[in-house]
Amino acid sequence: MDASLIELDGVGKNFAGIRALDNVTLAVRRGEIHCLAGENGSGKSTIIKIMSGVYQPDEGEILIDGTSARRLTPVESVHHGIQVIYQDFSLFGNLTVAENLALNSFLRESRRLVSWREVRRIGRRALDRLGVDIDLDAEVGALPTSSKQLVAIARALMSDARLIIMDEPTTALTRNEVERLMTIIRAIQRDGIAVLFVSHKIGEMLEIGENLTVMRNGRVVIEGPIVEFDEVSITRHMTGHDISTAIYEGAGDPEAPPRLELKGLTVPGAVEGVDLSLRSGDIIGLSGLIGAGRTDLALALFGMRPHHTGEIRIDGKPVSLRGVSDAIHHRIAYVPEDRLTEGLFLTQSVQRNILASSFDRITRGLVIDRARAEAWTAEMIRAMQIAAPSGSTSVGDLSGGNQQRVVLARWLLTEARILILNGPTVGVDVGSKAEIHRIIRDLTVKRGLAVLMISDDVPELLGNCNEVILMHRGRFVERYRAGSATEEALTDRLRSLR
Amino acid sequence: MTLSLLRRPEAIVAVALLLAMVIIGLVNPAFWSLDNQFGLLRSNVVIGIMALGVLLVMISGGIDVSFPAFAVAAMYLTVKGMVQFNYTGVALPFVAATLIGLILGAFNAFCIRAFRMIPLIVTLGTASVVRGLLLGLVGTSTINVDKMPPQLIDFGKTDIVNLTLADGSRYGLTAMILIYAALALAVHLALRYTMIGRSLYAFGGAPEAAARVGFDTRKTLLFAYCAAGALAGFAGLLHSSMIWLANPRDFVGFELDVIAAVVLGGASIFGGKGSVLGTLLGVFLLVMIKNSLIIMHIDTTWQQVVVGLVIIAATTLTAWRDRMRVA
Repeated sequence: MDASLIELDGVGKNFAGIRALDNVTLAVRRGEIHCLAGENGSGKSTIIKIMSGVYQPDEGEILIDGTSARRLTPVESVHHGIQVIYQDFSLFGNLTVAENLALNSFLRESRRLVSWREVRRIGRRALDRLGVDIDLDAEVGALPTSSKQLVAIARALMSDARLIIMDEPTTALTRNEVERLMTIIRAIQRDGIAVLFVSHKIGEMLEIGENLTVMRNGRVVIEGPIVEFDEVSITRHMTGHDISTAIYEGAGDPEAPPRLELKGLTVPGAVEGVDLSLRSGDIIGLSGLIGAGRTDLALALFGMRPHHTGEIRIDGKPVSLRGVSDAIHHRIAYVPEDRLTEGLFLTQSVQRNILASSFDRITRGLVIDRARAEAWTAEMIRAMQIAAPSGSTSVGDLSGGNQQRVVLARWLLTEARILILNGPTVGVDVGSKAEIHRIIRDLTVKRGLAVLMISDDVPELLGNCNEVILMHRGRFVERYRAGSATEEALTDRLRSLR
Repeated sequence: MTLSLLRRPEAIVAVALLLAMVIIGLVNPAFWSLDNQFGLLRSNVVIGIMALGVLLVMISGGIDVSFPAFAVAAMYLTVKGMVQFNYTGVALPFVAATLIGLILGAFNAFCIRAFRMIPLIVTLGTASVVRGLLLGLVGTSTINVDKMPPQLIDFGKTDIVNLTLADGSRYGLTAMILIYAALALAVHLALRYTMIGRSLYAFGGAPEAAARVGFDTRKTLLFAYCAAGALAGFAGLLHSSMIWLANPRDFVGFELDVIAAVVLGGASIFGGKGSVLGTLLGVFLLVMIKNSLIIMHIDTTWQQVVVGLVIIAATTLTAWRDRMRVA
C-alpha cells in the first residue's frame, strides 16, 4: 500500500549550468514527521521550492497522492494541501494577528468585502485549533519571533493543510521556544497532518523526526527511519567525512613573553579586575553566561571601552587602548558576534569585504593597486577555502559558513597578531564549522597568532582551545587546560553558575 | 479604552492640531471667527482630495509626485474643451477630468509594474512629460474669468450657509466641503471594508508575502495609482471652478504640501500604514499653519521653509514611532 502524500521521483534541476538537484527521490507519507537534513547549499531549499510549485523540475516527476502532477504551480500546490512556513514567515507585520490569519480564507473565497466580525472569528478559530493564546488585535510586527512563527503555522493550518513544510524553523528560537514548537509539531501530527522538517540541526531532528532523508551536493545520500541514525552518522552523511575530535595543545613557547598580558583589567559595571596571559600560538577560550562580561572584555581590548582601568601589555610593553585605531595600530583584530550587521557589507563583493580594512596598504598615491587587490583576494579565497566563483560575487549570496570565512580573511589580511573571535561559528552549519575551526588552528600555528575565542558552544571551546576560562559576573572563576575537562563537566559548571 | 484611543496614530495629530489652534488663537483671536474658519475649510478641499489619492499610493508603499501635473492637465484640457465646444453642463466635465487623471495614473502603474522602476522616478518622469505636453501641444495662456464657462463658476460658488458680516459683506461655507467629505468617506470605506483596500496595506507592508498569499498585486498597484490620478483630475477641475480660472502652469509645488499633509497624518513613507482620518487632520493642520502665516504677514518664501520643516519633523516622528514599536 502506498500512503505517500507527495513523492519526488528522480527529480533533477539545473540553474545556469549548476546542478542543484540530481536524481532526487523522496517520499513524504501521510501524517509522518519527516526530516530533511543537509548543509547549506545541499539542495534543501530547491526541494522546498519544487514541492511548493515555485520551481519546475527539469527531469523526473512529482507524484501527489500517487498521481503525477505535471507543471505544479504554487496555487495547485496549496490546493493539494501543501503549505510552506518560510524562514521570514511571509506575514504582514503592519496588520493584526486576526487579519493575517483571515486573509488567506478571504482570498480563497474570492471575497470583495471584508467583514471584521468574520476576521476575528476566523482568527480565533485558527489560534484555538493550535491551542495557543495570542492577542488577536496585536500588530504582528510587534510580536516576538516565536509568536510570529505560531501565527504562520496557524495560518497554514487554516488552509486545509495536509503537509506543512518548515524551512529551518528553529533558527531564531530560544531553547524553550524550540520545546514549545516540538510540542506543537506533535499536536499537528495527531491531526493527521504531515510535517517536513527541513534543518541542519541534528539534535532537533533526532528528537522530533520519524524518518530522515539526508542531502549532500544536490543528491540524497541516505534515507530511513530516524532510529537507525545517531549524531555521528548524520554528521558523516551530511558532510561526507568524520569530524575530528582531537584536542588543541597550543603552539606557544612557554619561555617567550606573553603577546598579551592583562593585570587587573576592569571595565566599570562589567569586568572586575581580570588577569590574563595570552601567548603567540595560544587559543584561549572564554565562556560564561550572557552578561558575564565576556563581550565587554573583548570590546575593551578592541578599544571600544575607553573607561577601563588596569594594565594591558603587548609583548611586555604597556599600551593604551582607548580607541579602535589604537587597537588596530597594535594589530588587534575583533570579529564580532553578529557578522551580518557588524562585520559584513552584504551587498558588496567578496573582494571589497576582504580588503575593507586593508585598502590603505594597497593604495599607491590616490589609486588602488588593482593587480595587488586581485592577488590578495585570490590568495585569501584559496587560503580560507571560500566557496565563491570569484572575488566579485556578492557576500549576501554566500552561505553562513562562507560569510564567516570572509570576515576572518579580512582581519587576517591586516596582519593581526591578536585575534578576538566572538561566537566564530554562530549560525554556521556543521561541516563548515569544522573547516573554520581547522583554519583557525592552522593559522594560529603558522602565523603565531594569539587568539581569544569567546563562545557558548562548549564542544567548540574544548576542541580548539589549549585553555578554557569560565567567566562569571565579571571575574574569571575557573580555568581548564586542554584535555583536562569533559563537555559534561564544563556544562555542569556553567549551569551551576545560574 | 481611553488609552488605546490615545495610542492611535491619529491621536498625535489631533493633539498637535488642537495645540496649534489654541496657540494661533491666542496670537490672533480673529482666527476663531466663523469667517476665518469657513475660509480654512474651503482651502482644505482641493489639497485634501489630492491627499486622499496620495494616501492610497503611500499605503501601497509607493509615492506619487505626478498628481499635480495630472490635475493641471485634466483641468486645463477639460476647461479648454468646454470653451471650445461651448458646453454648458457641469457633470460631464467632472467625469472627463476624472477619467483623464485615471488614464494617466494607469500609465504610472504600468511603468512601475512593467519596468520594475522606482515610483519616485517614474512619477517624476510622467509629471515632467505631462506638463511639457500640455504647454507644448494644448496651450500656455490662462483661461480667465471672462472666458471661463459660467456654469463651472456658479457650481464653485455654491454655499451651504450664507452669512452677513457686521460691515455688510457676505461670506459662506462652500458646498464643495460636502464633496470632499463624501470622497473621504468613500476612500475610508474602500480601505477598511474591501479586499482591494486591504491589499494596499498588505502590499505596502510586505510585497513578497502579498503575492505569496494570493493577492493580485498588479491589480493593487493599478488601483492605487489610478485612484490617485482620478482624484487629482477631479480636484484639478474643482480647483478651477473655485478660483474661476484655468492656468496651465498651476499646482506647482503642490506635491510637497500634499505629501507633507499625508505624512503629518501618520502615513508611513515605507508603506503599509495610514488612515483617512489621519490624513484629514494632517491636511487641516498643514493648511491652517500656512494660512496663519499669511494672516501674520509672513513672507511666502518662509512658508516653504515651514512646509519643509513639517515634512522632516513628521517623518522623523513616524519613523521614531515605528522603531519604538519594533524595539
